[in-house]
Amino acid sequence: MSALLEVDDLRVTFGGTAAVRGISLTVQKGETHCLVGESGCGKSVTSLAVMGLLAKGGKREAARLSFAGDDIRDYDEKQMSRLRGDRMAMIFQEPMTSLNPAYTVGSQMTEVLRRHRGTPRAQAVDRAVELLTRVGITAPGLRLGQFPHQLSGGLRQRVMIAMALMCEPELLIADEPTTALDVTVQAQILRLLAELQKDLGLGILLITHDLGIVARVADRVSVMYAGEVVESAPTAELFRAPRHPYTRGLLSCVPVPGKVKRDEPLGSIPGVVPRIPPGFTGCAFRDRCNFAEAACAGTIPRRNVGPAHEMLCILPEGAGA
Amino acid sequence: MSTPAIEVRGLRREFRASQGLFAPPRRVVAVDDVSFSVPAGSVLGVVGESGCGKTTLARMILGLLEPSGGEVLVDGKRLDGMDRRARARLIQPVFQDPFSSLNPRRRVRDIIAMPLVAQSNVATSEIDRRVAESLERVGLSTEQGTRFPSQLSGGQRQRVAIARALVLRPRIVVCDEPTSALDVSVQAQILNLLAELRRDLGLTYLFISHNLAVVEHVASEVAVMYLGRIVERRESEALFRDPRHPYTRALLDSVLTPEPGLGVPDVGLGDIMPDPANIPPGCRFHPRCPACFAPCATTAPRITSLEDGLVECHLAG
Repeated sequence: MSALLEVDDLRVTFGGTAAVRGISLTVQKGETHCLVGESGCGKSVTSLAVMGLLAKGGKREAARLSFAGDDIRDYDEKQMSRLRGDRMAMIFQEPMTSLNPAYTVGSQMTEVLRRHRGTPRAQAVDRAVELLTRVGITAPGLRLGQFPHQLSGGLRQRVMIAMALMCEPELLIADEPTTALDVTVQAQILRLLAELQKDLGLGILLITHDLGIVARVADRVSVMYAGEVVESAPTAELFRAPRHPYTRGLLSCVPVPGKVKRDEPLGSIPGVVPRIPPGFTGCAFRDRCNFAEAACAGTIPRRNVGPAHEMLCILPEGAGA
Repeated sequence: MSTPAIEVRGLRREFRASQGLFAPPRRVVAVDDVSFSVPAGSVLGVVGESGCGKTTLARMILGLLEPSGGEVLVDGKRLDGMDRRARARLIQPVFQDPFSSLNPRRRVRDIIAMPLVAQSNVATSEIDRRVAESLERVGLSTEQGTRFPSQLSGGQRQRVAIARALVLRPRIVVCDEPTSALDVSVQAQILNLLAELRRDLGLTYLFISHNLAVVEHVASEVAVMYLGRIVERRESEALFRDPRHPYTRALLDSVLTPEPGLGVPDVGLGDIMPDPANIPPGCRFHPRCPACFAPCATTAPRITSLEDGLVECHLAG
């Protein structure tokens, strides 16, 4: 059986800038695949490229880009928009910017069904009420008549999730869905997503910078740096035995409650994410890496370093651990 | 006993929120009768959800916002009536967003020099010397001092904001979410820098953050705010080991540590959201509290003193 989403050697350029430089990943039905990385690493561009939503000037190339077995590389805008919001849905970081402030929650939610399925209004309203209840919103009837600005951040994000589920999608792409929320609400929203995934068999591509979220919800993790996936592994394996120096650096930066020592410095990665000029070769992390050597400027092979564990680094096993 | 760096007594702040042309304005109590003191050289972490009043509290301590009641003493001196320039020499802010808190049309060194220039009695040569010293302290080069903020990364901009806060050699720095807009690797650099500066310069921090792991890392004492009140204030280590208020416990439970296999915790707060314009009677946390019992809905809890702090909850009394 083919995966729900298959991406092979995806490349995205904006003019002379390579934002995504050959990314491969798959999302299975019922699986959560996390793309993790810092700002500017290309994780959001990857998700936009998959959905065919790149900004003007963005160019996408891929050896393979398929959704539920269908090649969607050559889909035109009309075919893509039929897919988006229907079988493939999205949630973004800031619900206030992705909800239309001029329309009520109800009209935005029902529009999805009416447009994709031609469902009559009354039925669409019933479905909206059902989903708002499902995502834990009390008094859904009242919420349908409200405008986005009348809702709290947590409620808005719940509305976004309910809206994304209107057409029973198979794939959910969530770009930093809880970053703008309080930790208490974040936990509630992530629990909700996990529950929905179990009930509906959703495949989720979750984009985040937060390693705590990754550890708790992902089945598989891909760590991105400067437009590439530098390491990819099942979640438990990645946290147990991180191999790439960047992944290890990232993990050492996170203060872990109960395990931090006051007044002891946190690990940190010196320097900043570099700009990648066209024609760049070698490891993009080498300027910040403690283990860099001359060979890092050459071509870096992607290699297997464990069960379903890949990395883009020449560091031999056991080195620098 | 030495003078506390910050002392706050019965501090209160109300806002009037307009509800439209004809409706009467709503009264929002953002900070409600808050008292505490921060010993010199220590770090008080303030945590709580958005809207709990932590930023309002910080703004009053900085003298940027007039309290509706109560008083603030900084280094033993009353804040109201203090000369702005004298206040600036005592206490300085570092804000969350280094993208909006730096003037985009000025060079980094001029941004850092601004507090000195505003003192209006510092010689130019002295200003240059102090700016250079500040730049070096935060790990920026002289060359970076000649750039504009837009030419710097987020972490470098936050270093500029810290350099500006330090240039007057204040005793107290109020950090309001200083790393929330930064990537984790950069956050670690900035936290390490803040810790180093505190040790070297003997600074006192009021450190506001929604990130409990960060607060645990930097704070010696932690105050948990909920709808304008400090519901628990304890020594940091004790608070994280044995939280006494159910709200503190819920906050700690919500932290997603990078430990795979644990799943997402059920915090048990329900989906009622706190609304500062509509504070519940009795204990203000009771509608969300998993441990709510008879008196909570009607009687406001009293402050209970503990060996290592205080907590405001009927269960502790």
